[in-house]
Amino acid sequence: MTRLRLIISTLFLAVTASLAMAAAGDGIEATVAAEAAKERAAADSAEKSINPKEIIFGHLLDGYGWEVPFDHHHRIPLPVIVKGTDGWHCFSSAHLDHGHSYVDGRSEFRIAAPGSKYNGKVVEIVDGEEIRPLDISITKNVCALFITVLLCACLMLWLAHYLKKHPYKAPRKGLGGIEAVVTFVYDGVVKPILGPDARRFAPYLLTVFFFILLMNLLGLVVIFPGGANLTGNIAVTLVLAVCTFLVTNIFANRHYWKEILWPDVPMWLKVPIPIMPVIEIFGMFTKPAALTVRLFANMMGGHMIVITLTLLIFIFSAMSPVAGGAATVVSLFFSIFMLLIDVLVSFIQAYVFTMLSAIFIGLAHEHHTEHEKDESLGKKIIDTLV
Amino acid sequence: MELFTPDFGLIFWMFIAFGILFLILWKFAWPVILKSVDSRAELIDKGVEYAQAAKEQLDNARQQAETYLNEARRQQADMLREADKMKTQIIEQARNEAQAEAQKVMDNAKLQIQQQQKEARQQFRNQVSDFALQIAGKIVNRQMQQDKAQDKLVDSLLDEIEKNN
Repeated sequence: MTRLRLIISTLFLAVTASLAMAAAGDGIEATVAAEAAKERAAADSAEKSINPKEIIFGHLLDGYGWEVPFDHHHRIPLPVIVKGTDGWHCFSSAHLDHGHSYVDGRSEFRIAAPGSKYNGKVVEIVDGEEIRPLDISITKNVCALFITVLLCACLMLWLAHYLKKHPYKAPRKGLGGIEAVVTFVYDGVVKPILGPDARRFAPYLLTVFFFILLMNLLGLVVIFPGGANLTGNIAVTLVLAVCTFLVTNIFANRHYWKEILWPDVPMWLKVPIPIMPVIEIFGMFTKPAALTVRLFANMMGGHMIVITLTLLIFIFSAMSPVAGGAATVVSLFFSIFMLLIDVLVSFIQAYVFTMLSAIFIGLAHEHHTEHEKDESLGKKIIDTLV
Repeated sequence: MELFTPDFGLIFWMFIAFGILFLILWKFAWPVILKSVDSRAELIDKGVEYAQAAKEQLDNARQQAETYLNEARRQQADMLREADKMKTQIIEQARNEAQAEAQKVMDNAKLQIQQQQKEARQQFRNQVSDFALQIAGKIVNRQMQQDKAQDKLVDSLLDEIEKNN
Protein backbone atom coordinates (compact mmCIF):
# COMPACT_ATOMS: atom_id res chain seq x y z
CA MET A 1 0.00 0.00 0.00
CA THR A 2 2.78 2.42 0.94
CA ARG A 3 4.70 1.36 -2.13
CA LEU A 4 1.71 2.11 -4.33
CA ARG A 5 1.29 5.49 -2.70
CA LEU A 6 4.96 6.23 -3.23
CA ILE A 7 4.75 5.31 -6.90
CA ILE A 8 1.64 7.41 -7.39
CA SER A 9 3.11 10.43 -5.67
CA THR A 10 6.34 10.09 -7.66
CA LEU A 11 4.39 9.90 -10.87
CA PHE A 12 2.33 12.87 -9.82
CA LEU A 13 5.43 14.91 -9.07
CA ALA A 14 7.10 13.91 -12.30
CA VAL A 15 4.05 14.80 -14.35
CA THR A 16 3.62 18.09 -12.53
CA ALA A 17 7.26 18.98 -13.01
CA SER A 18 7.32 18.11 -16.68
CA LEU A 19 4.07 19.92 -17.34
CA ALA A 20 5.25 22.96 -15.41
CA MET A 21 8.50 22.91 -17.37
CA ALA A 22 6.65 22.62 -20.63
CA ALA A 23 4.40 25.47 -19.60
CA ALA A 24 7.34 27.58 -18.60
CA GLY A 25 9.03 26.71 -21.85
CA ASP A 26 6.05 27.95 -23.75
CA GLY A 27 5.77 31.08 -21.68
CA ILE A 28 9.34 32.29 -21.30
CA GLU A 29 11.35 30.60 -23.99
CA ALA A 30 14.46 32.63 -23.59
CA THR A 31 15.16 31.53 -20.03
CA VAL A 32 14.72 27.86 -20.75
CA ALA A 33 18.03 26.32 -21.60
CA ALA A 34 16.75 23.20 -23.32
CA GLU A 35 18.30 23.40 -26.74
CA ALA A 36 16.11 20.84 -28.38
CA ALA A 37 12.94 22.48 -27.20
CA LYS A 38 14.13 25.76 -28.60
CA GLU A 39 14.98 24.20 -31.92
CA ARG A 40 11.67 22.51 -32.14
CA ALA A 41 9.86 25.70 -31.22
CA ALA A 42 11.79 27.59 -33.82
CA ALA A 43 11.20 24.96 -36.48
CA ASP A 44 7.51 24.69 -35.90
CA SER A 45 6.20 28.15 -35.31
CA ALA A 46 2.66 26.90 -35.56
CA GLU A 47 3.17 25.12 -32.28
CA LYS A 48 3.79 28.35 -30.47
CA SER A 49 0.31 29.61 -30.98
CA ILE A 50 -1.90 26.80 -29.86
CA ASN A 51 -5.07 26.05 -31.70
CA PRO A 52 -7.13 24.27 -29.01
CA LYS A 53 -9.90 23.28 -31.38
CA GLU A 54 -7.48 21.57 -33.71
CA ILE A 55 -5.75 19.73 -30.91
CA ILE A 56 -8.99 18.60 -29.31
CA PHE A 57 -10.42 17.30 -32.55
CA GLY A 58 -7.10 15.84 -33.50
CA HIS A 59 -7.33 13.70 -30.38
CA LEU A 60 -11.00 12.92 -30.65
CA LEU A 61 -10.96 12.01 -34.33
CA ASP A 62 -9.26 9.28 -36.22
CA GLY A 63 -5.82 9.60 -37.79
CA TYR A 64 -3.63 7.78 -40.29
CA GLY A 65 -0.70 7.51 -37.94
CA TRP A 66 -0.31 6.97 -34.22
CA GLU A 67 1.20 9.76 -32.15
CA VAL A 68 4.35 9.10 -30.20
CA PRO A 69 4.73 10.76 -26.81
CA PHE A 70 7.00 13.86 -26.67
CA ASP A 71 7.44 13.94 -30.42
CA HIS A 72 5.21 15.96 -32.70
CA HIS A 73 7.06 15.13 -35.89
CA HIS A 74 7.00 11.40 -36.02
CA ARG A 75 4.09 9.07 -35.91
CA ILE A 76 3.88 5.33 -35.95
CA PRO A 77 3.07 4.72 -39.62
CA LEU A 78 0.01 2.61 -40.37
CA PRO A 79 -1.06 1.10 -43.69
CA VAL A 80 -3.37 3.13 -45.87
CA ILE A 81 -5.69 0.97 -47.97
CA VAL A 82 -7.78 2.82 -50.52
CA LYS A 83 -9.60 1.98 -53.70
CA GLY A 84 -8.88 4.83 -56.07
CA THR A 85 -10.11 5.37 -59.56
CA ASP A 86 -7.76 2.66 -60.85
CA GLY A 87 -8.08 -0.06 -58.25
CA TRP A 88 -6.66 -0.79 -54.81
CA HIS A 89 -3.68 0.95 -53.31
CA CYS A 90 -1.87 0.06 -50.14
CA PHE A 91 1.00 2.11 -48.78
CA SER A 92 2.44 3.40 -45.55
CA SER A 93 0.93 6.47 -44.01
CA ALA A 94 4.44 7.80 -43.47
CA HIS A 95 4.37 8.94 -47.10
CA LEU A 96 1.50 11.29 -46.34
CA ASP A 97 2.96 12.98 -43.26
CA HIS A 98 3.19 16.77 -43.09
CA GLY A 99 0.85 17.29 -46.02
CA HIS A 100 3.06 15.53 -48.54
CA SER A 101 1.29 13.90 -51.44
CA TYR A 102 2.21 10.41 -52.53
CA VAL A 103 2.06 8.93 -56.00
CA ASP A 104 1.32 5.25 -56.03
CA GLY A 105 1.24 3.89 -59.54
CA ARG A 106 -0.62 6.51 -61.51
CA SER A 107 -2.74 7.86 -58.69
CA GLU A 108 -1.78 10.67 -56.39
CA PHE A 109 -2.95 10.71 -52.79
CA ARG A 110 -2.69 13.18 -49.97
CA ILE A 111 -4.39 14.02 -46.74
CA ALA A 112 -6.91 16.78 -47.27
CA ALA A 113 -6.01 20.14 -45.77
CA PRO A 114 -8.10 21.76 -43.01
CA GLY A 115 -10.01 23.93 -45.44
CA SER A 116 -11.18 21.00 -47.53
CA LYS A 117 -14.49 19.19 -47.38
CA TYR A 118 -12.62 16.00 -46.53
CA ASN A 119 -10.52 17.52 -43.76
CA GLY A 120 -7.99 15.02 -42.44
CA LYS A 121 -8.99 12.19 -44.76
CA VAL A 122 -7.00 10.63 -47.56
CA VAL A 123 -8.11 11.98 -50.91
CA GLU A 124 -7.12 11.13 -54.43
CA ILE A 125 -6.21 14.00 -56.67
CA VAL A 126 -7.66 13.70 -60.10
CA ASP A 127 -7.17 16.70 -62.40
CA GLY A 128 -6.57 18.97 -59.40
CA GLU A 129 -9.88 17.91 -57.82
CA GLU A 130 -10.04 16.08 -54.51
CA ILE A 131 -11.97 12.82 -54.70
CA ARG A 132 -12.57 10.69 -51.67
CA PRO A 133 -11.69 7.09 -52.50
CA LEU A 134 -13.16 4.04 -50.83
CA ASP A 135 -11.05 4.06 -47.71
CA ILE A 136 -10.52 1.01 -45.52
CA SER A 137 -7.17 2.08 -44.15
CA ILE A 138 -5.84 0.68 -40.96
CA THR A 139 -6.18 3.98 -39.17
CA LYS A 140 -5.31 4.67 -35.57
CA ASN A 141 -8.80 3.64 -34.48
CA VAL A 142 -8.78 0.46 -36.57
CA CYS A 143 -5.39 -0.45 -35.17
CA ALA A 144 -6.63 0.18 -31.64
CA LEU A 145 -9.64 -1.94 -32.51
CA PHE A 146 -7.41 -4.84 -33.51
CA ILE A 147 -5.35 -4.45 -30.36
CA THR A 148 -8.51 -4.50 -28.27
CA VAL A 149 -9.85 -7.55 -30.08
CA LEU A 150 -6.55 -9.32 -29.59
CA LEU A 151 -6.41 -8.37 -25.92
CA CYS A 152 -10.02 -9.35 -25.31
CA ALA A 153 -9.61 -12.68 -27.09
CA CYS A 154 -6.37 -13.42 -25.24
CA LEU A 155 -7.83 -12.62 -21.83
CA MET A 156 -10.94 -14.72 -22.36
CA LEU A 157 -9.09 -17.63 -23.93
CA TRP A 158 -6.63 -17.50 -21.06
CA LEU A 159 -9.50 -17.70 -18.60
CA ALA A 160 -11.16 -20.48 -20.60
CA HIS A 161 -7.86 -22.36 -20.76
CA TYR A 162 -7.41 -22.09 -17.02
CA LEU A 163 -10.96 -23.21 -16.30
CA LYS A 164 -10.64 -26.13 -18.67
CA LYS A 165 -7.41 -27.18 -17.00
CA HIS A 166 -8.63 -26.76 -13.43
CA PRO A 167 -12.32 -27.57 -13.33
CA TYR A 168 -14.03 -26.63 -10.09
CA LYS A 169 -11.15 -24.41 -9.08
CA ALA A 170 -11.66 -20.68 -8.81
CA PRO A 171 -8.82 -18.72 -10.44
CA ARG A 172 -6.82 -16.31 -8.31
CA LYS A 173 -5.34 -12.86 -8.81
CA GLY A 174 -5.77 -11.35 -12.30
CA LEU A 175 -7.76 -14.21 -13.75
CA GLY A 176 -9.92 -14.25 -10.67
CA GLY A 177 -10.69 -10.60 -11.27
CA ILE A 178 -11.69 -11.28 -14.87
CA GLU A 179 -13.83 -14.18 -13.78
CA ALA A 180 -15.43 -12.02 -11.11
CA VAL A 181 -16.42 -9.49 -13.78
CA VAL A 182 -17.73 -12.30 -16.00
CA THR A 183 -19.90 -13.63 -13.21
CA PHE A 184 -20.92 -10.09 -12.27
CA VAL A 185 -22.29 -9.51 -15.76
CA TYR A 186 -23.61 -13.02 -16.24
CA ASP A 187 -25.29 -13.43 -12.86
CA GLY A 188 -26.09 -9.76 -12.33
CA VAL A 189 -27.38 -8.72 -15.73
CA VAL A 190 -27.88 -11.54 -18.19
CA LYS A 191 -29.52 -14.10 -15.93
CA PRO A 192 -32.03 -11.84 -14.15
CA ILE A 193 -33.12 -10.17 -17.38
CA LEU A 194 -33.19 -13.09 -19.79
CA GLY A 195 -33.98 -15.90 -17.39
CA PRO A 196 -34.10 -19.23 -19.22
CA ASP A 197 -32.62 -17.70 -22.38
CA ALA A 198 -29.58 -16.44 -20.49
CA ARG A 199 -27.26 -19.17 -21.72
CA ARG A 200 -28.27 -18.57 -25.31
CA PHE A 201 -27.58 -14.84 -25.43
CA ALA A 202 -24.82 -14.64 -22.83
CA PRO A 203 -21.99 -15.10 -25.37
CA TYR A 204 -23.10 -12.06 -27.35
CA LEU A 205 -23.76 -9.88 -24.31
CA LEU A 206 -20.54 -10.85 -22.55
CA THR A 207 -18.52 -10.25 -25.70
CA VAL A 208 -20.11 -6.82 -26.07
CA PHE A 209 -19.45 -6.00 -22.44
CA PHE A 210 -15.79 -6.94 -22.41
CA PHE A 211 -15.15 -5.45 -25.80
CA ILE A 212 -16.62 -2.09 -24.79
CA LEU A 213 -14.93 -2.18 -21.39
CA LEU A 214 -11.52 -2.84 -22.89
CA MET A 215 -12.00 -0.23 -25.60
CA ASN A 216 -13.02 2.32 -22.97
CA LEU A 217 -10.13 1.53 -20.66
CA LEU A 218 -7.54 1.42 -23.44
CA GLY A 219 -8.84 4.77 -24.60
CA LEU A 220 -7.86 6.23 -21.25
CA VAL A 221 -4.25 5.07 -21.55
CA VAL A 222 -2.43 8.01 -23.05
CA ILE A 223 0.41 6.32 -24.94
CA PHE A 224 0.71 3.81 -27.71
CA PRO A 225 -1.47 0.75 -27.19
CA GLY A 226 -4.15 3.10 -25.95
CA GLY A 227 -5.23 6.64 -26.45
CA ALA A 228 -7.53 6.04 -29.39
CA ASN A 229 -10.94 7.50 -28.80
CA LEU A 230 -12.64 4.29 -29.97
CA THR A 231 -15.91 4.16 -28.10
CA GLY A 232 -16.10 7.92 -28.51
CA ASN A 233 -16.35 7.28 -32.23
CA ILE A 234 -19.85 7.03 -33.57
CA ALA A 235 -18.95 4.36 -36.12
CA VAL A 236 -17.91 1.93 -33.40
CA THR A 237 -20.95 2.45 -31.23
CA LEU A 238 -23.16 2.36 -34.31
CA VAL A 239 -21.86 -1.08 -35.27
CA LEU A 240 -22.39 -2.37 -31.76
CA ALA A 241 -25.92 -0.99 -31.65
CA VAL A 242 -26.68 -2.48 -35.07
CA CYS A 243 -25.50 -5.84 -33.78
CA THR A 244 -27.87 -5.57 -30.82
CA PHE A 245 -30.62 -4.49 -33.21
CA LEU A 246 -29.97 -7.52 -35.42
CA VAL A 247 -29.87 -9.94 -32.49
CA THR A 248 -33.05 -8.43 -31.08
CA ASN A 249 -35.01 -8.70 -34.30
CA ILE A 250 -33.64 -11.95 -35.66
CA PHE A 251 -34.40 -13.84 -32.47
CA ALA A 252 -37.65 -12.01 -31.76
CA ASN A 253 -40.76 -14.12 -31.35
CA ARG A 254 -44.20 -13.82 -32.87
CA HIS A 255 -45.47 -11.86 -29.92
CA TYR A 256 -42.90 -9.13 -30.47
CA TRP A 257 -43.91 -8.63 -34.07
CA LYS A 258 -47.57 -8.67 -33.19
CA GLU A 259 -46.89 -6.03 -30.55
CA ILE A 260 -45.29 -3.88 -33.22
CA LEU A 261 -47.59 -4.42 -36.20
CA TRP A 262 -50.92 -4.99 -34.46
CA PRO A 263 -50.65 -3.71 -30.88
CA ASP A 264 -53.44 -3.98 -28.31
CA VAL A 265 -54.84 -0.49 -28.72
CA PRO A 266 -58.24 0.88 -29.82
CA MET A 267 -58.99 0.12 -33.43
CA TRP A 268 -58.94 3.74 -34.61
CA LEU A 269 -55.27 3.93 -33.69
CA LYS A 270 -54.50 1.16 -36.19
CA VAL A 271 -57.02 1.60 -39.01
CA PRO A 272 -57.22 3.43 -41.38
CA ILE A 273 -54.08 5.37 -40.41
CA PRO A 274 -51.64 2.98 -38.66
CA ILE A 275 -50.51 5.46 -36.00
CA MET A 276 -49.43 2.94 -33.39
CA PRO A 277 -47.61 0.58 -35.77
CA VAL A 278 -45.70 3.53 -37.16
CA ILE A 279 -44.76 4.63 -33.66
CA GLU A 280 -43.75 1.10 -32.75
CA ILE A 281 -41.65 0.69 -35.87
CA PHE A 282 -40.06 4.03 -35.14
CA GLY A 283 -39.41 2.72 -31.62
CA MET A 284 -37.60 -0.29 -33.06
CA PHE A 285 -34.99 2.08 -34.44
CA THR A 286 -34.83 4.55 -31.59
CA LYS A 287 -33.50 1.87 -29.26
CA PRO A 288 -30.27 1.18 -31.17
CA ALA A 289 -29.99 4.90 -31.87
CA ALA A 290 -30.13 5.59 -28.16
CA LEU A 291 -27.51 2.90 -27.54
CA THR A 292 -25.26 4.43 -30.16
CA VAL A 293 -25.53 7.97 -28.93
CA ARG A 294 -25.31 7.18 -25.23
CA LEU A 295 -22.01 5.31 -25.40
CA PHE A 296 -20.55 7.65 -28.00
CA ALA A 297 -21.49 10.85 -26.19
CA ASN A 298 -20.36 9.65 -22.78
CA MET A 299 -16.95 8.47 -23.85
CA MET A 300 -16.32 11.34 -26.21
CA GLY A 301 -17.36 13.80 -23.52
CA GLY A 302 -14.93 12.28 -21.05
CA HIS A 303 -12.04 12.47 -23.50
CA MET A 304 -12.93 15.98 -24.47
CA ILE A 305 -13.01 17.22 -20.89
CA VAL A 306 -9.64 15.69 -20.05
CA ILE A 307 -8.00 17.11 -23.16
CA THR A 308 -9.54 20.52 -22.57
CA LEU A 309 -8.34 20.55 -18.98
CA THR A 310 -4.84 19.69 -20.12
CA LEU A 311 -4.95 22.36 -22.81
CA LEU A 312 -5.93 24.96 -20.23
CA ILE A 313 -2.36 24.78 -18.95
CA PHE A 314 -0.99 25.84 -22.33
CA ILE A 315 -3.63 28.47 -22.92
CA PHE A 316 -2.97 30.09 -19.55
CA SER A 317 0.79 29.76 -19.94
CA ALA A 318 0.55 31.72 -23.16
CA MET A 319 -0.99 34.55 -21.11
CA SER A 320 1.47 34.65 -18.24
CA PRO A 321 3.80 32.22 -16.50
CA VAL A 322 2.09 32.71 -13.14
CA ALA A 323 -1.31 31.91 -14.55
CA GLY A 324 0.26 28.93 -16.29
CA GLY A 325 1.72 27.63 -13.05
CA ALA A 326 -1.57 28.01 -11.23
CA ALA A 327 -3.48 26.46 -14.10
CA THR A 328 -1.06 23.52 -14.11
CA VAL A 329 -1.85 22.60 -10.54
CA VAL A 330 -5.57 23.12 -10.86
CA SER A 331 -6.04 21.42 -14.19
CA LEU A 332 -3.77 18.56 -13.26
CA PHE A 333 -5.86 17.96 -10.21
CA PHE A 334 -9.04 18.13 -12.24
CA SER A 335 -7.78 15.96 -15.08
CA ILE A 336 -6.71 13.25 -12.65
CA PHE A 337 -10.09 13.50 -11.04
CA MET A 338 -11.78 13.31 -14.44
CA LEU A 339 -9.66 10.35 -15.49
CA LEU A 340 -10.66 8.50 -12.34
CA ILE A 341 -14.28 9.33 -13.07
CA ASP A 342 -13.73 8.12 -16.62
CA VAL A 343 -12.49 4.78 -15.35
CA LEU A 344 -15.76 4.48 -13.50
CA VAL A 345 -17.70 5.71 -16.53
CA SER A 346 -15.91 3.16 -18.73
CA PHE A 347 -17.26 0.42 -16.58
CA ILE A 348 -20.70 1.94 -16.18
CA GLN A 349 -21.14 2.52 -19.91
CA ALA A 350 -20.11 -1.01 -20.78
CA TYR A 351 -22.52 -2.22 -18.12
CA VAL A 352 -25.37 -0.01 -19.33
CA PHE A 353 -24.89 -1.01 -22.95
CA THR A 354 -24.92 -4.68 -22.00
CA MET A 355 -27.91 -4.25 -19.73
CA LEU A 356 -29.96 -2.34 -22.30
CA SER A 357 -29.05 -4.86 -25.00
CA ALA A 358 -30.18 -7.63 -22.66
CA ILE A 359 -33.43 -5.80 -21.94
CA PHE A 360 -34.15 -5.25 -25.64
CA ILE A 361 -33.43 -8.88 -26.43
CA GLY A 362 -35.48 -9.96 -23.44
CA LEU A 363 -38.46 -7.85 -24.47
CA ALA A 364 -38.40 -9.29 -27.96
CA HIS A 365 -38.24 -12.70 -26.41
CA GLU A 366 -40.90 -12.54 -23.73
CA HIS A 367 -42.59 -15.89 -23.34
CA HIS A 368 -45.51 -15.05 -21.13
CA THR A 369 -48.62 -13.78 -22.78
CA GLU A 370 -50.56 -13.19 -19.58
CA HIS A 371 -48.24 -10.35 -18.61
CA GLU A 372 -49.06 -8.53 -21.79
CA LYS A 373 -50.12 -5.36 -20.05
CA ASP A 374 -47.11 -5.16 -17.76
CA GLU A 375 -44.77 -5.99 -20.54
CA SER A 376 -46.03 -3.30 -22.84
CA LEU A 377 -45.97 -0.88 -19.93
CA GLY A 378 -42.35 -1.80 -19.24
CA LYS A 379 -41.64 -1.35 -22.88
CA LYS A 380 -43.17 2.10 -22.90
CA ILE A 381 -41.15 3.06 -19.86
CA ILE A 382 -37.97 1.89 -21.48
CA ASP A 383 -38.88 3.67 -24.69
CA THR A 384 -39.33 6.92 -22.85
CA LEU A 385 -36.14 6.36 -20.85
CA VAL A 386 -33.94 5.78 -23.85
CA MET B 1 -19.53 17.77 -38.18
CA GLU B 2 -17.12 14.96 -38.86
CA LEU B 3 -17.46 13.91 -35.23
CA PHE B 4 -20.96 12.68 -35.97
CA THR B 5 -20.41 11.16 -39.38
CA PRO B 6 -19.43 7.53 -39.13
CA ASP B 7 -16.44 6.62 -41.23
CA PHE B 8 -16.97 3.75 -43.64
CA GLY B 9 -13.55 2.20 -43.14
CA LEU B 10 -13.99 2.03 -39.40
CA ILE B 11 -17.48 0.53 -39.73
CA PHE B 12 -16.11 -2.06 -42.12
CA TRP B 13 -13.23 -3.07 -39.85
CA MET B 14 -15.40 -2.88 -36.78
CA PHE B 15 -17.85 -5.38 -38.27
CA ILE B 16 -15.04 -7.72 -39.20
CA ALA B 17 -13.12 -7.36 -35.96
CA PHE B 18 -16.16 -7.65 -33.75
CA GLY B 19 -17.47 -10.56 -35.80
CA ILE B 20 -14.18 -12.42 -35.50
CA LEU B 21 -13.92 -11.67 -31.79
CA PHE B 22 -17.47 -12.86 -31.25
CA LEU B 23 -16.93 -16.05 -33.24
CA ILE B 24 -13.69 -16.88 -31.42
CA LEU B 25 -15.12 -16.25 -27.99
CA TRP B 26 -18.42 -17.91 -28.88
CA LYS B 27 -16.64 -21.03 -30.03
CA PHE B 28 -13.74 -21.32 -27.62
CA ALA B 29 -14.21 -19.13 -24.57
CA TRP B 30 -17.75 -18.55 -23.41
CA PRO B 31 -19.04 -22.15 -23.39
CA VAL B 32 -16.10 -23.24 -21.28
CA ILE B 33 -16.25 -20.25 -18.95
CA LEU B 34 -20.02 -20.27 -18.48
CA LYS B 35 -20.17 -24.01 -18.03
CA SER B 36 -17.35 -23.91 -15.54
CA VAL B 37 -18.86 -21.00 -13.61
CA ASP B 38 -22.30 -22.60 -13.57
CA SER B 39 -21.05 -26.03 -12.59
CA ARG B 40 -18.87 -24.56 -9.89
CA ALA B 41 -21.79 -22.59 -8.52
CA GLU B 42 -23.83 -25.77 -8.57
CA LEU B 43 -21.06 -27.65 -6.84
CA ILE B 44 -20.81 -25.02 -4.15
CA ASP B 45 -24.58 -25.01 -3.70
CA LYS B 46 -24.58 -28.76 -3.41
CA GLY B 47 -21.65 -28.66 -1.02
CA VAL B 48 -23.45 -26.20 1.21
CA GLU B 49 -26.60 -28.26 1.06
CA TYR B 50 -24.65 -31.40 1.85
CA ALA B 51 -22.86 -29.74 4.73
CA GLN B 52 -26.15 -28.52 6.11
CA ALA B 53 -27.69 -31.96 5.82
CA ALA B 54 -24.63 -33.50 7.45
CA LYS B 55 -24.78 -31.02 10.27
CA GLU B 56 -28.44 -31.71 10.75
CA GLN B 57 -27.74 -35.42 10.76
CA LEU B 58 -24.96 -34.97 13.22
CA ASP B 59 -27.22 -32.92 15.45
CA ASN B 60 -29.86 -35.58 15.18
CA ALA B 61 -27.37 -38.31 15.96
CA ARG B 62 -26.07 -36.37 18.90
CA GLN B 63 -29.57 -35.86 20.17
CA GLN B 64 -30.34 -39.51 19.69
CA ALA B 65 -27.19 -40.53 21.48
CA GLU B 66 -28.15 -38.21 24.29
CA THR B 67 -31.56 -39.82 24.44
CA TYR B 68 -30.06 -43.28 24.48
CA LEU B 69 -27.61 -42.29 27.14
CA ASN B 70 -30.34 -40.82 29.28
CA GLU B 71 -32.42 -43.92 28.77
CA ALA B 72 -29.53 -46.12 29.73
CA ARG B 73 -28.81 -44.01 32.76
CA ARG B 74 -32.42 -44.15 33.78
CA GLN B 75 -32.50 -47.89 33.31
CA GLN B 76 -29.36 -48.25 35.31
CA ALA B 77 -30.83 -46.19 38.09
CA ASP B 78 -34.00 -48.23 37.92
CA MET B 79 -32.05 -51.42 38.07
CA LEU B 80 -30.02 -50.26 41.00
CA ARG B 81 -33.14 -49.21 42.82
CA GLU B 82 -34.75 -52.51 42.02
CA ALA B 83 -31.73 -54.39 43.24
CA ASP B 84 -31.66 -52.36 46.37
CA LYS B 85 -35.31 -53.05 46.93
CA MET B 86 -34.80 -56.72 46.26
CA LYS B 87 -31.90 -56.82 48.64
CA THR B 88 -33.92 -55.27 51.40
CA GLN B 89 -36.75 -57.57 50.58
CA ILE B 90 -34.55 -60.65 50.65
CA ILE B 91 -32.98 -59.63 53.88
CA GLU B 92 -36.37 -58.94 55.34
CA GLN B 93 -37.66 -62.23 54.10
CA ALA B 94 -34.66 -64.07 55.42
CA ARG B 95 -35.04 -62.39 58.73
CA ASN B 96 -38.69 -63.21 58.86
CA GLU B 97 -38.08 -66.75 57.90
CA ALA B 98 -35.35 -67.10 60.45
CA GLN B 99 -37.57 -65.61 63.07
CA ALA B 100 -40.38 -67.96 62.13
CA GLU B 101 -38.03 -70.88 62.24
CA ALA B 102 -36.66 -69.84 65.57
CA GLN B 103 -40.18 -69.36 66.89
CA LYS B 104 -41.10 -72.77 65.66
CA VAL B 105 -38.04 -74.30 67.26
CA MET B 106 -38.78 -72.49 70.47
CA ASP B 107 -42.43 -73.49 70.38
CA ASN B 108 -41.41 -77.04 69.81
CA ALA B 109 -39.00 -76.93 72.63
CA LYS B 110 -41.63 -75.39 74.87
CA LEU B 111 -44.12 -78.01 73.90
CA GLN B 112 -41.64 -80.72 74.52
CA ILE B 113 -40.74 -79.25 77.84
CA GLN B 114 -44.37 -79.05 78.80
CA GLN B 115 -44.90 -82.61 77.64
CA GLN B 116 -41.94 -83.77 79.62
CA GLN B 117 -43.05 -81.79 82.61
CA LYS B 118 -46.46 -83.39 82.33
CA GLU B 119 -44.96 -86.78 81.92
CA ALA B 120 -42.60 -86.16 84.78
CA ARG B 121 -45.47 -84.95 86.92
CA GLN B 122 -47.54 -88.00 85.93
CA GLN B 123 -44.66 -90.27 86.70
CA PHE B 124 -44.07 -88.53 89.95
CA ARG B 125 -47.72 -88.73 90.82
CA ASN B 126 -47.79 -92.41 89.96
CA GLN B 127 -44.73 -93.02 92.01
CA VAL B 128 -46.13 -90.96 94.88
CA SER B 129 -49.40 -92.93 94.76
CA ASP B 130 -47.47 -96.16 94.57
CA PHE B 131 -45.44 -95.14 97.48
CA ALA B 132 -48.54 -94.03 99.33
CA LEU B 133 -50.34 -97.29 98.60
CA GLN B 134 -47.38 -99.31 99.65
CA ILE B 135 -47.04 -97.26 102.81
CA ALA B 136 -50.77 -97.39 103.37
CA GLY B 137 -50.77 -101.13 102.71
CA LYS B 138 -47.93 -101.66 105.06
CA ILE B 139 -49.59 -99.54 107.73
CA VAL B 140 -52.95 -101.29 107.27
CA ASN B 141 -51.29 -104.68 107.34
CA ARG B 142 -49.55 -103.81 110.56
CA GLN B 143 -52.68 -102.37 112.22
CA MET B 144 -55.01 -105.14 111.15
CA GLN B 145 -52.98 -107.86 112.69
CA GLN B 146 -54.71 -107.21 116.00
CA ASP B 147 -58.36 -108.53 116.22
CA LYS B 148 -59.33 -105.80 118.43
CA ALA B 149 -58.45 -103.25 115.99
CA GLN B 150 -60.34 -105.17 113.32
CA ASP B 151 -63.48 -105.27 115.38
CA LYS B 152 -63.15 -101.64 116.28
CA LEU B 153 -62.96 -100.76 112.66
CA VAL B 154 -65.94 -102.89 111.78
CA ASP B 155 -67.81 -101.24 114.55
CA SER B 156 -66.92 -97.79 113.50
CA LEU B 157 -67.85 -98.61 109.98
CA LEU B 158 -71.12 -100.02 111.05
CA ASP B 159 -71.73 -96.94 113.18
CA GLU B 160 -71.15 -94.78 110.25
CA ILE B 161 -73.54 -96.74 108.11
CA GLU B 162 -76.14 -96.56 110.80
CA LYS B 163 -75.66 -92.87 111.20
CA ASN B 164 -76.12 -92.40 107.54
CA ASN B 165 -79.28 -94.42 107.32
